[in-house]
This record gives sequence, C-alpha cells and structure tokens, in this order.
Amino acid sequence: MSDFKGILRLALQALVRNKARSLLTMLGIVIGVAAVIVTVAIGSGARQSVQNSINALGSNMIVVQPGSLNSGGARGGFGSASTLTPDDGMALAHLPGVAAVTPTVTVRAQVVANDNNWQTQINGVAPTYTQIRSWPMASGTMFGQSDIASSAKVAVLGQTVVGQLFPGGQNPIGQTILIRNVPFTVIGTLAPLGQSGIGQDQDDTVLIPYSSAMQRLTGLSTVNSIMVSALTADQVSAVQSEVTSILEQRHHIPAGQTDDFQVRNLQSIAAAASSTGAVMEFLLAGVAAVSLIVGGIGIMNIMMVSVTERTREIGLRMSVGARAATILNQFLTESVVLSSIGGVIGIVFGFIGTMLVAALAKWPTQIPFGWVIASVLFSGLVGVFFGYYPAKKASNLNPIEALRFE
Amino acid sequence: MQNRGDDLVVKVRDLRKVYDLGDSQVVALAGIDLDIHHGEFLAVMGPSGSGKSTFMQITGLLDNPTSGSYWFEGTDVSHLDRDARADIRSRRLGFVFQAYNLLPRTSALENVELPMVYAGIPAEERRRIAIEKMKLVGVDQLADHAPNQMSGGQQQRVAIARSLVNNPGLILADEPTGALDTKTSEDVMRIFTELNEEQCITIMLVTHEPDIAAHAKRIVTFRDGHVVSDTLRLRRFAPPLRMTRVGRFAPPLRMTKWR
Ligand SMILES: Nc1ncnc2c1ncn2[C@@H]1O[C@H](COP(=O)(O)OP(=O)(O)OP(=O)(O)O)[C@@H](O)[C@H]1O
Ligand SMILES: [Mg+2]
Repeated sequence: MSDFKGILRLALQALVRNKARSLLTMLGIVIGVAAVIVTVAIGSGARQSVQNSINALGSNMIVVQPGSLNSGGARGGFGSASTLTPDDGMALAHLPGVAAVTPTVTVRAQVVANDNNWQTQINGVAPTYTQIRSWPMASGTMFGQSDIASSAKVAVLGQTVVGQLFPGGQNPIGQTILIRNVPFTVIGTLAPLGQSGIGQDQDDTVLIPYSSAMQRLTGLSTVNSIMVSALTADQVSAVQSEVTSILEQRHHIPAGQTDDFQVRNLQSIAAAASSTGAVMEFLLAGVAAVSLIVGGIGIMNIMMVSVTERTREIGLRMSVGARAATILNQFLTESVVLSSIGGVIGIVFGFIGTMLVAALAKWPTQIPFGWVIASVLFSGLVGVFFGYYPAKKASNLNPIEALRFE
Repeated sequence: MQNRGDDLVVKVRDLRKVYDLGDSQVVALAGIDLDIHHGEFLAVMGPSGSGKSTFMQITGLLDNPTSGSYWFEGTDVSHLDRDARADIRSRRLGFVFQAYNLLPRTSALENVELPMVYAGIPAEERRRIAIEKMKLVGVDQLADHAPNQMSGGQQQRVAIARSLVNNPGLILADEPTGALDTKTSEDVMRIFTELNEEQCITIMLVTHEPDIAAHAKRIVTFRDGHVVSDTLRLRRFAPPLRMTRVGRFAPPLRMTKWR
C-alpha cells in the first residue's frame, strides 16, 4: 500500500491546512516539555553546584571536628568541647594512605592596611593547606614549616582581601597588615577561587600559620578542626577508621563510649547531598510530566474534533482507495508529528527559560542531555497514546456514511 | 471464480440489498440483473428511493450486497473484505460525487494526486499523470487553485480528473450535475461524453434529469429496487434510434417513452 513518505506527506498537508489549530494543539506539549526542561535544569544545576563545592574541598578529604553531632543535650561553649590539638594532627600525618594534614584555627577579625580595613575570616593553617585544597598561589610564597615553628607573623591573602586592602593596585607583598592590631607581613597572595556552591566567597580569607593564630589571636591550645587528605579516593574509608582509632587512643576514650570528636568524610556528605538533589529533581520532573500528559489529553481532544470535522474527507480518502490501516496511520502520524514538533519547540522554550532563570535569579542551572532526549521521546509517545483512539475512530468509519456526513 | 465475457466490466445477478433497521427491514435492491460492457456510457434513472445510489455503492465496492453475485472485470467480488475492496477501488474504480468532495485548502493538483498517493505511485509520476488528466478535462491552468477559488463546474471537472488518474475500468458518478446549473451541467456532460467516446472509458452515472441522461448511450431505470427498463440509444445517428435490450433474468420490460 501507501509508503511511509506518502503518509507523512498527507499528514503534514493536513496539519498545514489548519495551522492555527495545529499550533494550539501543540501548545500543551510545548509547555509540558519546557516545564520539564526548566525544572530539571534548576534541580540538576543545584545538585551539580553542591557537588562542585564539595569537590573543590577535595573529595579525598576527611574532616575531624571536636564534639559529636550525635550527643544531644546542652553543650559547653566553643572552648569547652574543643579537644583537638595540633599534636593530634601530627600523629595523623604519618598514617599509611594519608597525603597531608593540617589543623585549622578559624577566627573572624578586622584587618587593617594603611587607611583600609576589612572584616574577614582568618584561617590559621599548616603549609600543606594550599596543597590539600589544590589552591595555587597568585604571587609570593606560602609560609613554611619554619614559620610554624617560630609562630611567624606572616600572612597570605585571598584575592577579595587584596582588593579591599589594596584598592589602588599596589603590590601587597612585603606590606604590613594589622590583624587585631598584631602586625603581619604579607608574603603571598592566593589565586582566585570564586564562590563556593553555597554562595560563599572563598577568596575572602587570610591564611596565617596555625601556631601564630593560636598564640596571637585565640590564645587557646586547641584547634577548630583537622583536615586530612587521603592519597586516593579508594583509601578514604580506610584512613577514616585509622584516624578514628588513633584519636580514640590519644584521647583515652574507652570502646563503646561516645567520642569527643567526629570524623566526617566529604565523599559521604557529597553522596547524601546529591541523592537528596536527585529525589527533588525527580519530584519536580514528575510534576512537569503531569503537564505533558495534560498536553496529550489536549491533543486527543482536538484530534477527536478533527476526526468528526473531517468525516467527509475520510470518506473520500477511503472511496479513492485508502485502506482502514492507512487512515489509521495517517491520523496517528498527524498526532505524533504534532506532539514531536511540540516537544522540539518545548525544548527551545525550555532552553530559553533556563537561561532566563540563570540570568535573572542567578541560580546555577544545568540542562541534562538525557532529559532532553527523554522529553522528546515521551512527547512522541504521548502523541501515539492519545492519538490512537481518534485515529482508530477515523479508520472504523464506513465510507458511505462518512461521505454522506453533514 | 472466472466468469468472463471478454469485455464485461460489471456482471450482476439477482443482486439484493436489505437494510436492517432493527424493528424493520428496507429492501433497497430486490434482485438486480445487469451487464455493463467495456466502453458503455450508462445513465441510471428512477424515482427517489428506488435504489440507484445503493446500486452504485455496491458496484463501486463501497459496500457488499446482502445476497446475489457481482463479477467485476471477471472476478467475483460479492464477498470481499474491506481491504480487498479498497485495493480494487484504488486500482480500478473512479468516483465522481454530487458534492465534488475535494479536500478543502488543498490545491487542485494535490486533490487530483490523492488517489495515487494511496496507490503508492512515486511523486514525479503522480504529478505527471495528474497534469495529464487535468489537461484532458481542461483544468490544468487551475492546478494551484484551492476548491474555494473555483466555480462549481471547475471543481467538478477537477473531481473528474481525480477519478481518471488510476485509468479506471469504470467511473461511477452519483448525480454529478445535481449541484450545477443547466449550462455548467452541459459542460460537465460534454466532458463525460468525450471521455467515453475518445478515451473509451466506461461510465455509469445516476441522474434525475432526462436532459442529462440523454448524453448517455444506454438508460437503465430503477423502481422499488428493480430494473424496470433498459434502453439502448445510438446517439450518433439522427433521429435517435431506440433499442431495448432484455437481460436474461430481467423482469419484463415496459416501453420507455423518449421525450
Ligand atoms: N444506510 C441505509 N440504511 C437504511 N436504509 C437505507 C440506507 N441507505 C438507503 N436506504 C434505503 O434504501 C432505499 C434506496 O435508497 P437509495 O439511496 O439507493 O435511493 P436512490 O434511488 O438513490 O434515491 P435518491 O434519488 O433520492 O438519491 C431507500 O428506501 C432508502 O431509505
Ligand atoms: Mg441517491
């Protein structure tokens, strides 16, 4: 019988004959697909940026913090729960599978240089910190082990701090800055990292030796946390249990008792974050898919009207030799073409909508290719599913009665 | 079953069609016997409800008879299924309707091409044949016109071109001039006459008007589902000669009055 090209041509002719109606019929699918793309792009963008910021910290990283999230009840102040010392860090540095270790002492403080001052985060760290964070220098050098030993008053500035304290573009190297009125000499600047996934400016920081921070800023013998990086991602969990047992030993914690520290691994945090993201994404896409189905019902509705309206045309087509199956195929093709074109237009609008969201709301977005393919296929399926009943109805018409239809 | 008089296009024996309306039955055809030979031009007349359209529908394989036999071009087609009937319509039959039945918002050319799309003829050949047939009926200059840009007579001529594209063994026209004025009707009948005389195309048409029937070579009259007269006219000779042919199983003929 009639070839596929012929049927496609007939279907296209019929659709072009009714441009306005064809466009209106597509609208439901267009909106449905665009909604799927935009919601998924936002969901997956958010997930990706959480992932990115965790990756930026290093997926091989293990963080040891004082206290335990699991122990409820009232807790002492910041100092009272702090049990981690730089010596704990030293003890971890020689474990197998450990690449680098740094204690961190975090303080917010006012920093002054000449006439400019700026409130920023002071990070007291070991020289290995830039290595653990894979954070390159922009100029100068990172402080060394001897600076730790001597609690040297040296500082390395993040780019935001450089911009705030030296707005005229002077070279900050060799300049003196005051941190809580203690003078420090700037010996290096860090390359810009930009925003973290949670919107924090990572460049708004000053690095100083942790020993200097403890002696001159906090006056405490404990640190806020210890960062440990494993040699490879595979070794993370082995290192994690090593770290736990060494620290339990050092802190004299009997087996079965709650630790006074907690060891967290960023990989597991990342996995948890990304699976919550995925659930959200599927929920959003599910809501959007419902609008696709509503669009499909729209197609069925219009196709039903179209079959009734074109009853005489169908009778004529049959009388000149169209088989029932050919009529069925033609109407099915019409509805699939409508829904597929609607799907493609929906993708275009989805891309535009996603770009608008990214530009106006400044949300991170990412359009996953798989979803684009899936939504086109799904809209095609919607066309077949909702086009079948009207097409079947058309093909079951009796040519004589159809020709007589008013 | 082959039952072929060499040039017999339609052979119908004791053809009956009964419409079942649930509580009552309508006998539309009450036993028709008729032969149509190749090259004939036959007009079917008769009062309203006498079964003319029913006969055309069965002859045109749009419907099956309730009983009786029908051979089309030597093949028994009394009990074919939908698809088989569609295939014969596609290859061997042409239809012309009172209401033209052209696809709206579709060019004359595409309308004429339509039956060939279903017959699976390639695009270039479709175009060539469509233009050839449109020339034959004098509407080739209207190829790009949509039906609403044409007069009734022009539309009917496009419809005739459409009925010709598969080189049909038989053209069936149910009141083709029913919607046209007298002058346009004459034009359309002249085209049928030319097609019959010059292309030797077999034509059966239904009409209520003696003026229209006068173009045909043979007039069959129906009444209550029976053929009540069957007269042959040799149009070329003047004054028109009347001959009456009696089918083997036909009911006795009455003399038909020629105007
Ligand atoms: N689909 C149908 N269902 C029931 N009865 C029908 C059907 N089609 C035709 N009939 C009946 O069959 C009889 C013959 O109808 P048909 O249409 O063949 O007449 P006709 O000679 O073409 O009449 P007209 O000159 O008015 O067109 C009529 O009594 C009609 O009512
Ligand atoms: Mg009739």
